[in-house]
Amino acid sequence: MRDRPTGAVSFTKRFPDKPMARLLGPLLVSPALIIILLLFMLPLAASVIGAFEVEGAYGLGNFTKAYEFYTQDIVFTAVIVGLSALLTGLLAIAIGGYLTLGENPTAVAILRWLYRWPMFIPFIVVGQILRTFLAKSGLFNSTLIALGLIDPLTATSYLDWRGIVIAFVWKQTPFVALMVAGAMASLDRGTIEAARNLGASRLRILVEIIVPQVTTTLLVGLVLSFVTMMGVLSVPLMINAQAPTMITADIAFRLNTYRDYGVANALGLISLAISGVAAWFYLRVNMRQGR
Amino acid sequence: MSAVFAAPRDFSSLRNFLWWVPRAAILGALAFVIFGPLLNMLVWTVAERWYFPHTLPIDYGFSYWGRVFSPRGNALQSLVASISIALFTVAGSLALAIPAGYALARLKLPLRGIVLLAFLLPQAFPNLPVYVNIARLFYEIGLNGTVLGVVLVHVTHGLVYAVWIASAAFSAVDRDLELAARNLGASGLKAFADVTLPLAAPGLMASAIFVFLESLDEFTGSYFVGAPDVTTLPLLLYSAGAGGNYQIASITALLLLVPSIAFMLVVEKFLRADVLAKVGQ
Repeated sequence: MRDRPTGAVSFTKRFPDKPMARLLGPLLVSPALIIILLLFMLPLAASVIGAFEVEGAYGLGNFTKAYEFYTQDIVFTAVIVGLSALLTGLLAIAIGGYLTLGENPTAVAILRWLYRWPMFIPFIVVGQILRTFLAKSGLFNSTLIALGLIDPLTATSYLDWRGIVIAFVWKQTPFVALMVAGAMASLDRGTIEAARNLGASRLRILVEIIVPQVTTTLLVGLVLSFVTMMGVLSVPLMINAQAPTMITADIAFRLNTYRDYGVANALGLISLAISGVAAWFYLRVNMRQGR
Repeated sequence: MSAVFAAPRDFSSLRNFLWWVPRAAILGALAFVIFGPLLNMLVWTVAERWYFPHTLPIDYGFSYWGRVFSPRGNALQSLVASISIALFTVAGSLALAIPAGYALARLKLPLRGIVLLAFLLPQAFPNLPVYVNIARLFYEIGLNGTVLGVVLVHVTHGLVYAVWIASAAFSAVDRDLELAARNLGASGLKAFADVTLPLAAPGLMASAIFVFLESLDEFTGSYFVGAPDVTTLPLLLYSAGAGGNYQIASITALLLLVPSIAFMLVVEKFLRADVLAKVGQ
């Protein structure tokens, strides 16, 4: 907050000691805070406690069951989301890099117009349109066949783990690329121009000069994407609900079929833990950079 | 563009011309990957019959559109449910976020950083375990399967954007204008209503649109709290797709897409850079 011109009336000056002025802020914030408390913190706590609840007593029974039935899906989820985050990061760097270093204004303008489209498309729609696009007779295969790139007889459906990864990367790349491109645009052009004048290739400038300076932004974007992808239910349900599938689909199944809140909450806590590992990784890299 | 494709006259323009081969290939592939799925959806909305191994639909027509928009069709019902839930959600979120955002931007607030962080929390955890337990809670107090229950879930989710953007919008308003109004004798409430609120309106509008779209597109919370009694468009899309009716699913997807794309095209008008710069401060 900046300094006010002297002589002007301010809230604090006008009501110097009235308790009203001090109470007004907390009073105005509290309704919204109460909603977050009741409808987010409380259920979050309930999910943690519920995970340890086994028929009225506390124990690890839900976790043993989750481990027995869903180990494959837990590993599958971590690998899928990790791989999606990795690919998203690489594509975001490539897009941001071209927007920053591209020498042809027309190509840069086309890319800038093009890459943002999937960002505002909701996950449920992403699931539906990619389900039709990546199906055996979908537009993806038929275009490749028409171009003579694949043989009609070898065309396969991509609606398995690949479909989930493609859907996640398709939807999340614009968001991370937007953040990364913004960070790249605000870098000092001097170093880049200097390296360019010394004959460094654009790829080398991207990898050795630009990316190290935007690591923090990139990681923030990737951690946010990671957490988002861990919580998405529609994409795994629509693209690949058969085993192995993602934890979110298992939770829905566990509830709809058995009303089994214990195992559902244990799986939920495991997905929170996987997200926690991603956040911890981010914090560690961030602190190392700060030193 | 014409300069780019003009016949190369010397070496440098030839080089530039040749560079368009990889550029066009990569940009073309990207355009195919981005617009291909959307095009596939559009074809499905007008396909009467389409199955493997046919590359394109066997018959085209609008009979599914008629079914979606027939007075007794459940699509129209879902559309009305979705839009009313989204409007209630916007009203609820803004009613909570305007005072909270103003307090965060302008007033003395103990633990301000922690309060701001609290509004970010719903974004920092995977939502699904939370929705599962909200559904359990709502089930006990009779809110499961009601419009109010779904609205409450959407408000909680929308508050993240609403509070942060509202706070940024109020921060971006020049404080001196408020103080001038106060000096001229306006009460605090009048200065807020006549000066601060109108100046913050574009930012608040942006947060309203954001909350509206988030509510319109929300699936997971509605799935656990609303279904099967409250059917929003995303739930209809899911059940139509699960039942193999890709036409209805694609038409519903298109209905959900139009507002999202429209927002993308106008977002920069509402969210000015000076407001964006204040987000999270």
